[in-house]
Amino acid sequence: MLALRTSAVLAAAALAIAAAPVHAQDEKKEIEKYQKMLAEGSPVELFELQGEDLWKKPQGPKHASLEKCDLGMGPGVLKGAYAHLPRYFADTGRVMDLESRLVHCMVTLQGRDYKEATKRVFGNADKPSELEYLVAYVVGKSRGVRIAVSTRNPKEKAAYELGRQLFHYRAGPWDFSCGSCHGVAGKRIRMQSLPVLDKPSGARHTYATWPAYRVSNSQMKTFQWRLNDCYRQMRFPEPTFGSDATVALTMFLAVTANGERYAGPGTKR
Amino acid sequence: MPGPMKIRATLKGSYTDIRVLMSHPMETGQRKVKGKLVPAHFIENITVKVNGKTVVEAQTSQSISRNPVFAFRVKGGNKGDKVEIGWVDNKGESNKTEAAVA
Repeated sequence: MLALRTSAVLAAAALAIAAAPVHAQDEKKEIEKYQKMLAEGSPVELFELQGEDLWKKPQGPKHASLEKCDLGMGPGVLKGAYAHLPRYFADTGRVMDLESRLVHCMVTLQGRDYKEATKRVFGNADKPSELEYLVAYVVGKSRGVRIAVSTRNPKEKAAYELGRQLFHYRAGPWDFSCGSCHGVAGKRIRMQSLPVLDKPSGARHTYATWPAYRVSNSQMKTFQWRLNDCYRQMRFPEPTFGSDATVALTMFLAVTANGERYAGPGTKR
Repeated sequence: MPGPMKIRATLKGSYTDIRVLMSHPMETGQRKVKGKLVPAHFIENITVKVNGKTVVEAQTSQSISRNPVFAFRVKGGNKGDKVEIGWVDNKGESNKTEAAVA
């Protein structure tokens, strides 16, 4: 009886294995269809509009707007700025990503305290954070621009190398690295297939569609949040916002995605 | 104060595609935050006008997501036609915006 049952289970398992590839293909297609539909009418545009208002709104002790903020292409130049970030900034002597640069502008131009400006970097659906709006606006200005992140400066090169090492650095209670999920093809979390991010084939599309609006929780998510949450999922200690480590990891992914036309802010399931 | 709205209206030959994005919390009244119900707050009525003539009048309720997107297809239309879309919610708040058919 037991043997009979086992063989029945085995037969069922064999069937499941045989059916799996066909199924996976269909599911992938269906998910792609769904993602396309989402992107067609994405509320991310509303975040861009609100971000523009915030960009132009005088704030802080100096009662200044961010319109003179230099994101690497000159003060106030937004077109294509995100496609070249992270980059080395001579005025701070460090490599900065979009979010850390925005905070730098809040501190220098608006005269705000660093602690106050970074008090609430990740918002929620009821109350998105100031940075989430600003990021949506700024990255939207790079839509269609090819990602071209430089490693010419020695500090940029160093950040890229550090990022590459961090990507493969295994630690934490689960002994995970970014590469545990994003370094091998065919991995997934539930229905979400995971791109291989240390290869241009996987990094290009993914990097070019972040930051993004998450439909499932109605929130605009920044790239700093993406990294922060990846580290949470790996059960690492929480990375510090705008730290050299998070910027380095962004640098590594951005350089790997070089050449792709930026298509964000994206829309995710 | 209600957040922004955005309309995209495009002429597609014999019809016009109208797509509108609206910022709204669309609270169902059944969600709890720290054990307390969040009061219902949702769009009840949407009106779409083309050149002043009402073409869509929609009654909506809690089943619609936060920051909703609506798309309508209207027969005919010309480039430059004025599309006005407005909403009213259950608290009496409202917002409207307009765009030209492109």
